[in-house]
Amino acid sequence: MKQIQTMPQTVPKEKPEKLKRRSPSANQNKPKHKKVKIGKNERRERIITSVFFLPSIIGVMIFFIVPFFVVLYYSMVDNPISKNFVFLDNFKALLGNAAFQRAVKNTLSFSVIAVPLVVLLSLVFAVILYSNIPFKTQFRTVLITPLMVPVASIVLIWQVMFHQNGSVNAMLSMFGLAPIDWLKSEYSHIVIVLLYLWKNVGYNMILFMAALANIPKDIMEVAELEGANAFQKFFHIKLRYLSSSLVFVSILSLINSFKVFREVYLLTGDYPYENLYLLQHFINNTFRSLDYQKLSAAAIIMCLVMIVIIGIMCIIDNKIGRDLEE
Amino acid sequence: MNKETIIQGNPIQPEKQKKTPRDKFERERIRVRRIRKRKKIRDKIIMGFAVLLMGIIAIIILTPTILTITNSFMSSTEIMANYGSIIENATSSNKTYISKQVNLKIIPDMISFSQYSTVLLKSPEYLIKFWNSVIMVVPITVFQICVALGASYFFARFDGKLRSLAFFVYIILMLMPYQVTLVPNYLVSEWLHIINTRWSIILPGIFAPFSVFILTKFMKRMPSAMIEAAKLDGAGEFTIFARVCVPQCRSTIYSVAILVFIDYWNMVEQPLILLNDADMHPLSVFLSKINTGDVGLAFAVAVIYMIPTLLMFFYSEDYLIEGISYSSGIKG
Repeated sequence: MKQIQTMPQTVPKEKPEKLKRRSPSANQNKPKHKKVKIGKNERRERIITSVFFLPSIIGVMIFFIVPFFVVLYYSMVDNPISKNFVFLDNFKALLGNAAFQRAVKNTLSFSVIAVPLVVLLSLVFAVILYSNIPFKTQFRTVLITPLMVPVASIVLIWQVMFHQNGSVNAMLSMFGLAPIDWLKSEYSHIVIVLLYLWKNVGYNMILFMAALANIPKDIMEVAELEGANAFQKFFHIKLRYLSSSLVFVSILSLINSFKVFREVYLLTGDYPYENLYLLQHFINNTFRSLDYQKLSAAAIIMCLVMIVIIGIMCIIDNKIGRDLEE
Repeated sequence: MNKETIIQGNPIQPEKQKKTPRDKFERERIRVRRIRKRKKIRDKIIMGFAVLLMGIIAIIILTPTILTITNSFMSSTEIMANYGSIIENATSSNKTYISKQVNLKIIPDMISFSQYSTVLLKSPEYLIKFWNSVIMVVPITVFQICVALGASYFFARFDGKLRSLAFFVYIILMLMPYQVTLVPNYLVSEWLHIINTRWSIILPGIFAPFSVFILTKFMKRMPSAMIEAAKLDGAGEFTIFARVCVPQCRSTIYSVAILVFIDYWNMVEQPLILLNDADMHPLSVFLSKINTGDVGLAFAVAVIYMIPTLLMFFYSEDYLIEGISYSSGIKG
């Protein structure tokens, strides 16, 4: 970044565009001179740069895109050997599957609790740490350490704390409360949500702090001069500038909430309490029986849901973004 | 605080009785000063609360890590005495332990390195699992970045419909959860007959689009004047890439490498599905099974497992933060 700012300009012709590009908040997505004819030289350069792309695209094709279409195909045939088209039968069977329903229910209910919580908490932390609080950098460091500590390492402590005879129950009993078997009851979601928050708050907080740093200073100064109080400044200015990172953080948290299987698996192993039976458990078990149709259908449904969610988020983001420019 | 303001106001009081316009002004100033002072004190109280709150949260966040580390300095017998009842439930054996209640201790009774010496010298299986992690994660990190550098140069150097479409596909791929990508990965590994080998994890890892995304965003911010200058000096595309572009990205490469490394260091899903042979499982999967067996050693293993990432963190926190910041914003 520093180097960018000190770079001398050597091509005067394109100066205005370069300048635009350099400003930090620039909207680089504006269409750029598409109607300009591409010269012979540039065409050659374009072809050469494609060579750089080859290893990546070949790998992505082989490992992700081509097999994905095979998965799509498998999801619509009755079995990989006879290959009769049955279209949506696999999906219907899957949606009727009790294990799948439970997995979806648990995964969704977890996401519904965890995602808003993590977004809210990390936003609050980011705002607190962005103000002139003492020990700012120390707090920031502490909040992102969980990111670097492998979950597998601290799972033991977590088990000790939330076991039937664990220390959390010991603490509860000091207040005269009955012990709870945290991991094998309705309360299991709480433990997992806590673990998820512990792991993810730091990352999201950094994203929010980066966004806060990007808010133009002059707008904040104007608000100050006009006598806006802290809450007005936050809700009317900061939040609007943060909206696009809010969307991004929500998507990211949602995806991470689908990854929470990792934590659940490390805590409870292959066969958790039924409340913690997640989609990934379902997929793992289906892998064991090698039921390709079910697997493919599950992957496709999941993929569609993800695309719809991302699409909705992007539309919201676009609307807010346009609102901001006006 | 009221007292203070009164004391401050006192010296002006005799003048006050004259009630000149200047006096009014003076009083107004005192009032404003008082309000400011009150606001300052209020701000300080709020700050104090914030610090207190953050302090408590910081302690809560650090607790699991610190407890793991301190517990790793207990001797195995002490661990068994304290946490034995967990295993008792898990294996339902008939042994009885000193306390039924789990006894979570912050400071060990006696500092001992017996856990470490057992893990490092007497039982090689833990070190093998550690090596399993290393031998999968390091190649993934290194080669993913090599592949991604080329791809992001392609995306950043020129614009075009095809390129933006490809980039969009990469973003979608990046956002897909494992539940979606593992099924295709499994199919390919079967076709290529690399299932149950480390390659089935390493190869898809190398082509994962995550680092392409961040590196492209960084490269797009690089001034194209620099590339033009190199071109005027007679550099070809390969020279520009190797001599201009990659050196510029150095700090971003570090940060991406850290993020990729942690991600794969933590992996659980891929080895569970793609590696049937438990001998090849990385330490992350193995640690989840340790709780039913060697609790006496588990803490030391856990600490050894977090050492590489923690070291990375202490040496490169700024890079890490920069990397995360770059990953923000799906568009632009």
